Amino acid sequence: MDFTLSKEHEMARTLFRDFALNEVKPVAKEVDETEEFPAANVEKMQKLGFLGIPMPKEYGGQGCDTLAYAICVEELSKVCATTGVIVSAHTSLCAEPILKNGTEEQRRKFLVPLSNGQKLGAFGLTEPNAGTDAAGQQTKAVLDGDSYILNGSKIFITNGKEADIYVIFAMTDKSKGTRGISAFIVEKGTPGFTFGTKEKKMGIRGSATYELIFTDCRIPKENLLGAEGKGFGIAMSTLDGGRIGIAAQALGIAAGALESTIAYVRERKQFGQAISKFQNTQFEIADMATKVEAARLLVYKAAMAKDSQKRFSVEAAMAKLYASEVAMEVTTKAVQLHGGYGYTREYEVERMMRDAKITEIYEGTSEVQRMVISASLL
Amino acid sequence: MKIIVCIKQVPNTNEVKLDPIKGTLIRDGVPSIMNPDDKAGLEAALTLKERYGGEVNVVSMGPPQADAVLREAMAMGADKAYLVTDRAFGGADTLATSTTLAAAVKKMEYDLIITGRQAIDGDTAQVGPQLAEHLNIPNVSYAEKIDLDGKTLVVQRQYEDRYHTVRVQMPCLLTALGEMNKPRYMTPGGIFDAYRKREVTIVTRADLDVEDEKIGLKGSPTRVVQSFPKSLKAAGVKEAALEPEEAANFIMEKLKEKFIF
Ligand SMILES: Cc1cc2nc3c(=O)[nH]c(=O)nc-3n(C[C@H](O)[C@H](O)[C@H](O)COP(=O)(O)OP(=O)(O)OC[C@H]3O[C@@H](n4cnc5c(N)ncnc54)[C@H](O)[C@@H]3O)c2cc1C
Repeated sequence: MDFTLSKEHEMARTLFRDFALNEVKPVAKEVDETEEFPAANVEKMQKLGFLGIPMPKEYGGQGCDTLAYAICVEELSKVCATTGVIVSAHTSLCAEPILKNGTEEQRRKFLVPLSNGQKLGAFGLTEPNAGTDAAGQQTKAVLDGDSYILNGSKIFITNGKEADIYVIFAMTDKSKGTRGISAFIVEKGTPGFTFGTKEKKMGIRGSATYELIFTDCRIPKENLLGAEGKGFGIAMSTLDGGRIGIAAQALGIAAGALESTIAYVRERKQFGQAISKFQNTQFEIADMATKVEAARLLVYKAAMAKDSQKRFSVEAAMAKLYASEVAMEVTTKAVQLHGGYGYTREYEVERMMRDAKITEIYEGTSEVQRMVISASLL
Repeated sequence: MKIIVCIKQVPNTNEVKLDPIKGTLIRDGVPSIMNPDDKAGLEAALTLKERYGGEVNVVSMGPPQADAVLREAMAMGADKAYLVTDRAFGGADTLATSTTLAAAVKKMEYDLIITGRQAIDGDTAQVGPQLAEHLNIPNVSYAEKIDLDGKTLVVQRQYEDRYHTVRVQMPCLLTALGEMNKPRYMTPGGIFDAYRKREVTIVTRADLDVEDEKIGLKGSPTRVVQSFPKSLKAAGVKEAALEPEEAANFIMEKLKEKFIF
């Protein structure tokens, strides 16, 4: 067993880190305060291929792998968790299900522009009454000649309004329960597809989280993703992959807070010495670093399991559960070690602590991850 | 246009410390990077290729680890990469380095060679101009803008308080300034291809037509007496209104004052 990254993964990390430090970090604070979607940086990332990292070259992607993609989300999230989740939701939740379940025609039409950066993607599963219980879908899709007619709404959709292509879930046959759910590809601008309220959030405030509304929205029959009735399975397997992205985001937030805190405690003086000289500070830093490293190993292991075409649901659930809880713990300690300054918006650990919380909630709450893990054991 | 860019792997001097007693660089654990001026030169070459077509090949002389900067160059868009490496080249000063590089470059086709102005670990700014001398081609140092005009290049060359616009016949050599551009990022796919699909051609002693006395430690007349960090100097004196003879006398006086002459 070898824990060293390959040279290409190391060089990819250098690239992602340089980009994060030069382009993303300088605007992270402003993105948080203004709650504005970082469109300029998303455009830069689209041009550099950051939005198609694990996608095959034949579909416009970079032909790298899940591990490189996870490292990208990690490095971006170290300085700006908003930017990390934009890449994660786009790649794991929109491009990936089209790659896995799309017809050749759908891949050409939708996956290529998603992977080569011309278009941004999103994923709409959650509804006001279907959160953790995603099977309770109320959005309906009815076949009418050559098209499906969608009615209903989705909430909390990441990249909402900014994205061009949406993977949407809806009931095609309520009598069949989860086997009556189907997946669809819906393009922005389709008549009957509009955006409702934008959420005002605690963290990842530059990420656009929107309500999607479908009112007699007619989409071509060819936009059915996978077979009718296969939507729930598609949603669940997509979330398995997505959890690696969110785990990487959580890892990045924790690692970023640790880096910031190490720099701070060396500078800050109390009782005539740097606070890094206190044993409590040293032990806290040691614990934080150890947990960050453990989280990193779980995240990379899940990514590598996916890359080697093994089953990875449990690995992804463990990675997401652990990394998100580490993110919350490490950012909380980071604020504590900053004292009052850490509670002000002058210091980035304040933002990081707010950003960390969402990683325990979306793409399956920590409780859901525990259900997935225990179900595999009991 | 066929362009060769010479690049060097250097320790990231932002992270290098000087041993205060020995006066030597502490290089342990310091990450290696592509020399910044060379990276700007590569960017300039890639831009020229985009504007006028052609090919950008990269050459580095160094230890086997210098492979990494060549892969990086390919991940930015360079076509072919050559690593000039051999124990026989070890211990080279700027003269032996430029002699070795010249022997390697002579075997390749080029219209233009771009080197960085200087490497951040040695700061000599000698290898580029020396290489031009060995190859017997014109050299324009401190290039900050390069355009093609028919078969000649029009180069804006930086001076302290002005710039010169120089027209130069190809083949020629330019040394590039780090400030001339903002080098592009690699792409993730470019990195994976550089390692998984592409090759770095190794050039050894046996491949080069050069005398033993002119390479490696033997071919290096320079001895480093001491290394020290740059210190800020006071601004110079400007004497613009002098006649040529007066100017010469003025300079001689100043040199004598400083015991240099
Ligand atoms: C910022 C943000 C972005 C999001 N982005 C997207 C997106 O892009 N696409 C998308 O489809 N969704 C998205 N979501 C939705 C997100 O995935 C859901 O919020 C999440 O799945 C939880 O659902 P819920 O909010 O309805 O909570 P609920 O399901 O109501 O859960 C409330 C609490 O009850 C617990 N709970 C529920 N059921 C059980 C159980 N059986 N056993 C034990 N505990 C249980 C939960 O763990 C949680 O603690 C986003 C949410 C947010 C806040």
